[in-house]
Amino acid sequence: MMGSENADGFEETNLNVPKEEMENLVLNGDGAGDGTGDSSNSAYRSAMSTLSNVHDPLSPLPTVLTPANSDPLTAPSSYIEPPSYADVIFSPFDETSDSEINGGEDSSLSPDSLSRSPSSSSSDYIKITVSNPQKEQETSNSIVGGNTYITYQITTRTNLPDFGVSESSVRRRFRDVVTLADRLAESYRGFCIPPRPDKSVVESQVMQKQEFVEQRRVALEKYLRRLSAHPVIRKSDELKVFLQVQGKLPLPMSTDVASRMLDGAVKLPKQLFGEGGASAVPVHEVVQPARGGRDLLRLFKELRQSVSNDWGGSKPAVVEEDKEFLEKKEKMLDLEQQIINSSQQAESLVKAQQDMGETMGELGLAFIKLTKFENEEAVFNSQRTRATDMKNLATAAVKASRFYRELNSQTVKHLDTLHEYLGMMMAVQGAFADRSSALLTVQTLLSELSSLQARAEKLEAASSKVFGGDKSRIRKIEELKETIKVTEDAKNVAIREYERIKDNNRSEVERLDGERRADFMNMMKGFVVNQVGYAEKISNVWAKAAEETSQYDREKQSS
Amino acid sequence: MESSSTEQTRNVMQSPRSPSSQPYLSASVTDPVKLGNGVQAYISYRVITKTNLPEYQGPEKIVIRRYSDFVWLRDRLFDKYKGVFVPPLPEKSAVEKFRFSAEFIEMRRAALDIFVNRIASHPELQQSEDLRTFLQADEETMERFRFQETGIFNKKPADFMQMFRDVQSKVSDAVLGKEKPVEETTPEYEKLKHYIFELENHLAEAQKHAYRLVKRHRELGQSLLDFGKAVKLLGACEGEPTGKLFSDLGTKSELVSIKLQKEAQQVLMNFEEPLKDYVRYVQSIKATIAERATAFKQHCELAETTKLKEINLDKLMLTRSDKVGEAEIEYREMKAESEEATIRFERIVKRMNEEIVRFQEQKTEEMGVAFHQFAKGQARLANGIADAWRALLPKLEAASSA
Repeated sequence: MMGSENADGFEETNLNVPKEEMENLVLNGDGAGDGTGDSSNSAYRSAMSTLSNVHDPLSPLPTVLTPANSDPLTAPSSYIEPPSYADVIFSPFDETSDSEINGGEDSSLSPDSLSRSPSSSSSDYIKITVSNPQKEQETSNSIVGGNTYITYQITTRTNLPDFGVSESSVRRRFRDVVTLADRLAESYRGFCIPPRPDKSVVESQVMQKQEFVEQRRVALEKYLRRLSAHPVIRKSDELKVFLQVQGKLPLPMSTDVASRMLDGAVKLPKQLFGEGGASAVPVHEVVQPARGGRDLLRLFKELRQSVSNDWGGSKPAVVEEDKEFLEKKEKMLDLEQQIINSSQQAESLVKAQQDMGETMGELGLAFIKLTKFENEEAVFNSQRTRATDMKNLATAAVKASRFYRELNSQTVKHLDTLHEYLGMMMAVQGAFADRSSALLTVQTLLSELSSLQARAEKLEAASSKVFGGDKSRIRKIEELKETIKVTEDAKNVAIREYERIKDNNRSEVERLDGERRADFMNMMKGFVVNQVGYAEKISNVWAKAAEETSQYDREKQSS
Repeated sequence: MESSSTEQTRNVMQSPRSPSSQPYLSASVTDPVKLGNGVQAYISYRVITKTNLPEYQGPEKIVIRRYSDFVWLRDRLFDKYKGVFVPPLPEKSAVEKFRFSAEFIEMRRAALDIFVNRIASHPELQQSEDLRTFLQADEETMERFRFQETGIFNKKPADFMQMFRDVQSKVSDAVLGKEKPVEETTPEYEKLKHYIFELENHLAEAQKHAYRLVKRHRELGQSLLDFGKAVKLLGACEGEPTGKLFSDLGTKSELVSIKLQKEAQQVLMNFEEPLKDYVRYVQSIKATIAERATAFKQHCELAETTKLKEINLDKLMLTRSDKVGEAEIEYREMKAESEEATIRFERIVKRMNEEIVRFQEQKTEEMGVAFHQFAKGQARLANGIADAWRALLPKLEAASSA
């Protein structure tokens, strides 16, 4: 599906635009006609200000993407069916071809078939769209009526066998997304899970405003696409349920064990103990990080443990690989810092390109006005000549201005990779945090074990001094030994969990490193190809103007 | 370019390389040097004159001049050659810390050079005695001349007469019940005035955007520099091959940045400055329009007054008053003044008519050159940028297909 030709005969190739909204920007910008394109400019500026918020890397750039005056509450969102990736043939760099101007492969994390992971086949395909926001009312028994909230239509098209159906569509609200994110965090500890869009602390009035809703729609879409791009998470039950099960989302708010989808490792303790288990708290619950309000006792214990760790109190048994891990963590932090820095500079660059295009356009306009003026008021031929010269200059300036603006929208697309990876760095931090908290659990259990054993020893020593046995003490020792056994088992489960998370960490970080390298290379290529292409176009425009004013070339003339 | 004014003119060439029988006069303003200390510091320039005109002291003369000397010259020419569009000077004031920046000094020097050369190539102005003083007098003499002219109390006798007459004419206006302003209203001249005033607005806007464009070049250059540095640091965190690629990208970015800074300077000197000069020229024309209005007013009022004197004289002659002699003298004087005023006015009109043709042609030429240079510069810049980035592509291609 080749793109449309605009008035300049410049073919806009839409080959590889999963962000199909970008087409709207380019077309709209062109449609502005006289080159000022105010609406796209101001939308872009607001995008720029959201971009500068690095703590919310998913806060969308794509404010610019939708025409500013469309109402997402009433109109369907701008959804253009992208071409099938199977149709994409990357053309080798060619002086005359325009396709490279859009960059070869898309630089952003593409959820579509060109997955870089070697394990998935090239025909895997999953495409999620979020659209059609609608106001709904909470059913409530109160006289006042329930709160209103927004739901979004989430459509999935896929050929993955896990999914069963090739197309499904559900309605979800933001709260459901939060739940999904929480469930995934529990089930996939150690994984680099893409961070979800922020909850926004704003008034309900703002929540209804179309700009906010649109921002959120885009953010949700990005988030879900990222999830479906993750080779492991895309196969998760949580995601499947979210995407396919109609009606209210069945993922529970509380972590009620009975209705949870159980992951492999968590199934193990159940197999060990059967239903119910010997202890009041199921062992597999123990290996989950302590959650505030639910397990205060455990929380206090772990807090004490981590404090004693800091003070170099009890030396935990599991420590050897920490050094390598710490180095990796350091490196990741450093990388994150540099990505932040680069993405900030990328923003400045984009703004500077934007400004250049804008001012060039304004210059062109000023000269068009002058041309008109001189022609209207002309008394002498010299004025008419000057008017023609000005017109040539103005035309070139306006054309160049358009090219700068197009260049910029492409640049944004490519350099957006940097912003994307800010989000992924957060995911990495999350994975590392999972590992640390799993380690903390192990250490807590170890020290708990050792203190229990110490108590048991003390009791035995005291009891052996009493001739004939100490019934109450012996009973206590028996109970203690039970507790020790359960704790011992829990410790083993925790260690296994820790090891599992470490493995997840390792493979995830490796996967991400590979993906990141590939994505960055694509970003660089796309950026450079873009710069080359547009520089050539701009050069041609000015060469023509120079040609048209060549009679004024004084360098060649001898004085 | 020959003018057919009452003074004899020669077709004076600019270039000294033309056959020696042809008269030529050329000047250049060079070598700005900072002199003096602190608040009193100023820039002095060497002005080199090459000529074979007999009125000048030899084929080549070098003098030292400062900005206020140029101002003196311009004021004198403006005063003496009413109706001529005296070439404009670059702005007087400047922000203090900018005043001695290399960029400002060079721009001013170039503008002063153009100023002097325009005068030297103007058929009337090149004959000026004040020009000869400016180009030849030693520094002390120049300083003396300059001080004489800048005091507000240094009014010539003619000026007092003028002020007197102004009062007089206002009185006679009141007496005659003529309060309305006296202005030329020929449609052609109206059109010209309207054109000039409108032109200034349009040009000012174009110049404003040109100046902003210079800034944009600099800003884009700066952002590319920062971006280059940032991706280099990012590359240092990444392993190969990404690390090297980032490093190359950063280096190229810095290179492109330099090209942009260079072009910014070119745009400033070869495009924005000519536009600014154009604006100044138009402002100078506005001043000339004001002079013409004054001259016209004088001519009208003196004509009126002369008429009154004539009427009065006739009256006195009829009554055979003994005041006739006095009145006759007054009448004759007034008539002479009136005729002079009319001549002055008509000379202004004639000059302006010639000047406007000259101005339009000159501006078409100068702006054409500016446009051409700008277009060429932008084309060169874009080509350079394309070449720079293109050099990275083979490596990027190789890396991403590996």
